Amino acid sequence: MRVVRLLAVGWLYHMKMISRSPFEGFGQVIWPLFFATVAFFVFRAGDSPRGLLYASLGAAVMGMWSATSTTAGGAMQRERWHGTLELLVATPPHFALVLLPVTLAMATVGIYSLGATLLYGHFLFGIELSVEHPLLFAGSIVGTVLSFGALGFAFAVTFVRFRAAWALGNLFEYPVWLIGGFLVPLLLLPDWVRPISWVLAPTWGMNAIREAAVGGSPLNDLAVCLGLGALYVLTGILITNRVLDAARRRAALSLS
Amino acid sequence: MNSVRIFFVGGQITYRALFHWLTPQIYIPSLVVAPIFQILLFAYIGRSAGLESDEFYVVGNALQYAAVPCLFAMTQMVGGERYQNTLSAILVSPARRIPLFVGRAIPVVLNGAFVAAFSLAAGTAILGVDIPLSAVPALALVILVAAFSCTGLGLINAALSLRIRENAMLSNVLFGFLLIFTGANVPLGELPGWMRTISDGLPFTHAIEAARKLADGASLGSVAGLVGTEVLIGLAYAGVGYALLRFMEVQSRRYASLERS
Repeated sequence: MRVVRLLAVGWLYHMKMISRSPFEGFGQVIWPLFFATVAFFVFRAGDSPRGLLYASLGAAVMGMWSATSTTAGGAMQRERWHGTLELLVATPPHFALVLLPVTLAMATVGIYSLGATLLYGHFLFGIELSVEHPLLFAGSIVGTVLSFGALGFAFAVTFVRFRAAWALGNLFEYPVWLIGGFLVPLLLLPDWVRPISWVLAPTWGMNAIREAAVGGSPLNDLAVCLGLGALYVLTGILITNRVLDAARRRAALSLS
Repeated sequence: MNSVRIFFVGGQITYRALFHWLTPQIYIPSLVVAPIFQILLFAYIGRSAGLESDEFYVVGNALQYAAVPCLFAMTQMVGGERYQNTLSAILVSPARRIPLFVGRAIPVVLNGAFVAAFSLAAGTAILGVDIPLSAVPALALVILVAAFSCTGLGLINAALSLRIRENAMLSNVLFGFLLIFTGANVPLGELPGWMRTISDGLPFTHAIEAARKLADGASLGSVAGLVGTEVLIGLAYAGVGYALLRFMEVQSRRYASLERS
């Protein structure tokens, strides 16, 4: 119960912080709209059988990933800059329980981005969004947010020894948009790219959201998405233990 | 002579001082790898949508990505000085403002041109786009002009940074508008009329069109009009940017707001 409370309070606290940051709040909402606009124009002008609904859903999930990737990479680094990292590490709960709500909050901002992109497409480009399974659609979004937050958490702890972690976070924005099949079917990508797509939870989250929207069965995709998310959290915890152990031994927590 | 020194030496030293943090750890992911992925993303979106060739997206995105170094670096010219508490010392100096500000733009233009040229070369190699070797010198010129033109817009961005705290945010917004409006990814004919009108006045639009024609084998002479227009657009933005910088400087003195925003 204490763990759930800690995660919930941490999530709420960071949501409040993000909502007051123009870069992480306003910026993360409008940034994907530029890419969505390009995608809408390109798909509208092209002769692909994949219509604007395909582009709209893909562009919407792009926004969710942007909200996570650009900020999660530097999440732990930011605590270091604020001078709060040592205090947070010294608290009795495991540090992963402190960091995970941060990236979950970032991913949650993506829901707003997703809604904004879908409405933007509807009102400016006349894209009709007919969701066949509304409950499964909502569930797929929640599952995708959780897995995005988990992937962001794994990024945050993996990049911690890298001084310019924020630059790596930015770097992963485009590749996941591309490899995750948000706007490009995986079949169009080279064969060697597909296994990379399969280990990325966003690929399965995107599939689940699309399937729920068009009336397919999203449950398998959603299960894989959540499973991979759990795996990221587990990996992140193991990395956190190792990183903190090394940092304590060398007294290097605030150095890199 | 002093102005010439401020223009060249001052510009170079300032760039090194304000961008000491731009180490390979940051430069490579942000300005070498990221533009390649932008090219790949839009080339594959184009394939998925069945619109335009790979060459269209390689040329468009390579040139447009010069906006990142040009817009952000010019903003840093003001924001970085403020962060280091040297902005007031710079503005109180008797140095003439044109060499002071424009000299800082030269390294920015060169860096922007490098980023665009490298992206073009890498995108071309990865996607197997065929650009004639004879077009390379003319393409280099067009890239340089495009970087200059966008740096003009960056100067306006820098001036606004004297008032706007979230200058990185503003740079992102400008980058996004350039992505949509310049024809980097959407053929200009597919844009509504009012958007095409705006496109005509933006950096990159004419340079990208000229570069695509050069890549298709056109001569430099045949795109001279487009290149000339791009230069004029760059000069116009630089002029407005300079005037705005002076205006903001005066306003900052009057309202003692230099270090506040």
